[in-house]
Amino acid sequence: MAPKIGILALQGDWARHGERLRELGVNSVEVTDPKDLIDIDGLIIPGGESTTISRLIVSCGLEDPLSKMLRNDMPVLGTCAGLILLASKVLDGRDDQLKFGVIDAVVKRNGFGRQVDSFEEMLEIETVGPDLFPGVFIRAPFVDGIGPNTQVLATTATGVPVVLRQGSALGCAFHPELTGDLRIHQLFLSIVKSANNTVLPFSKS
Amino acid sequence: MSATIDLDDNRDIEAKTGSFDVKKGLAEMLVGGVIMDVVDAKQAKIAEDAGAVAVMALERVPADIRRDGGVARMSDPHLIEEIQETVTIPVMAKVRIGHFAEAQVLEVLRVDFIDESEVLTPADEEYHIDKWGFSVPFVCGATNLGEALRRVSEGAAMIRSKGEAGTGNVVEAVRHLRAIGRDIRAISQASSAELYGWAKDLRVPVDLVRQVRELRKLPVPLFCAGGIATPSDAALVMQLGAEAVFVGSGIFKTDNPESRAIAIVEATAHFRDPHIVAKVSRGLGKAMAGESIDSLDVKLASRGW
Repeated sequence: MAPKIGILALQGDWARHGERLRELGVNSVEVTDPKDLIDIDGLIIPGGESTTISRLIVSCGLEDPLSKMLRNDMPVLGTCAGLILLASKVLDGRDDQLKFGVIDAVVKRNGFGRQVDSFEEMLEIETVGPDLFPGVFIRAPFVDGIGPNTQVLATTATGVPVVLRQGSALGCAFHPELTGDLRIHQLFLSIVKSANNTVLPFSKS
Repeated sequence: MSATIDLDDNRDIEAKTGSFDVKKGLAEMLVGGVIMDVVDAKQAKIAEDAGAVAVMALERVPADIRRDGGVARMSDPHLIEEIQETVTIPVMAKVRIGHFAEAQVLEVLRVDFIDESEVLTPADEEYHIDKWGFSVPFVCGATNLGEALRRVSEGAAMIRSKGEAGTGNVVEAVRHLRAIGRDIRAISQASSAELYGWAKDLRVPVDLVRQVRELRKLPVPLFCAGGIATPSDAALVMQLGAEAVFVGSGIFKTDNPESRAIAIVEATAHFRDPHIVAKVSRGLGKAMAGESIDSLDVKLASRGW
């Protein structure tokens, strides 16, 4: 059975993630309320403004259920702002912004600089195959340190980690949803599939 | 601008800044959010606290520009820098239509987005800025699809409806969004031969018309500006096809800007849920008084072409 993927649709480029999943033949649900989390097999937290998304998660009552599901190892893909929300420590952020802490990493918000420093770079990501992956970095977070259980799946040419994995959580500093390359989304779906073979649906656990 | 990095295996990897994808990328990240006009660091902080996705740094909000008259220009760099130091979210600033030297200054200041805006006094009555030459993305106003696509052909990475800024009256923004949406729907149904007619009528390159037909939307995000004053205004324009909203005078020209800012952020995120819009609309105090369009001496939306 095709997995049911929730996309946090409060702010940001969540619609682009939906398009990429559709291209892979997977339907998604827009998550804007706790009831949208029922029976989802995995979650995508899109790019956007992390401080805004954080505020909106709290105001619509998603903080506790999301925290609980993520602690229970629900597969999650976070891109850019999504990675910031998944990380354990945020530098240059707001004190009140949410940190789900499922990826043990220190991320510096806008750590590559302002918009004029935003860039594109072709990345080597061995896990998804030999072809280079187009990385679009928009005021991207800079990974400034990782924990012992965090895997680095890719770095920039200068050695900055840009794809992180810890258990069922996958984080990208760039935006695979903005390009036609579907391999990061495929990797995420394979994480969802293997997680589903081992545990009960997360909303019931 | 690009930096080539030599790797051990002699493969050249270019880290490229200022590409159109990178510029349009920031516009995509602002979708579903509210961009607020602020005139000082204190207002910028209130905007960020309320959940704004970006702020527009300017010396006077449109309602005051309208009242004061005279020539309205780019803001003092000092003001822009002060706001950049205060908030962590993107900072935008306005330049006069056609004033590429003001845009060069804003690029040096490293603002995140430049608004080539009809709210300021136009500097060139013939040409808009050639935006392809800049690393900073541009947003431009439009009242119809032809205007929107002409700005895209000049390199704009985001389009916003012009509305009628500084009036607190949403009627013009609605007119512009409906006009753009109507033509997009018609083009989506057009035959390939008819696309040439559309290109001629809209005075735009046929390639852009083709893209509109394929995407069933503009090639860049479409935001709404001009006259938004309440949470329901935000929900209205979002349902009419805007992907995010700019709020100018509508927040800081009211009794309680903090609550109103939060309410408009919530209503924009949950624009399809009238229960939430109703909830956040309660007890906000008076919205800005506003003006009827017929009573205006100057119509800003007619600036630009």
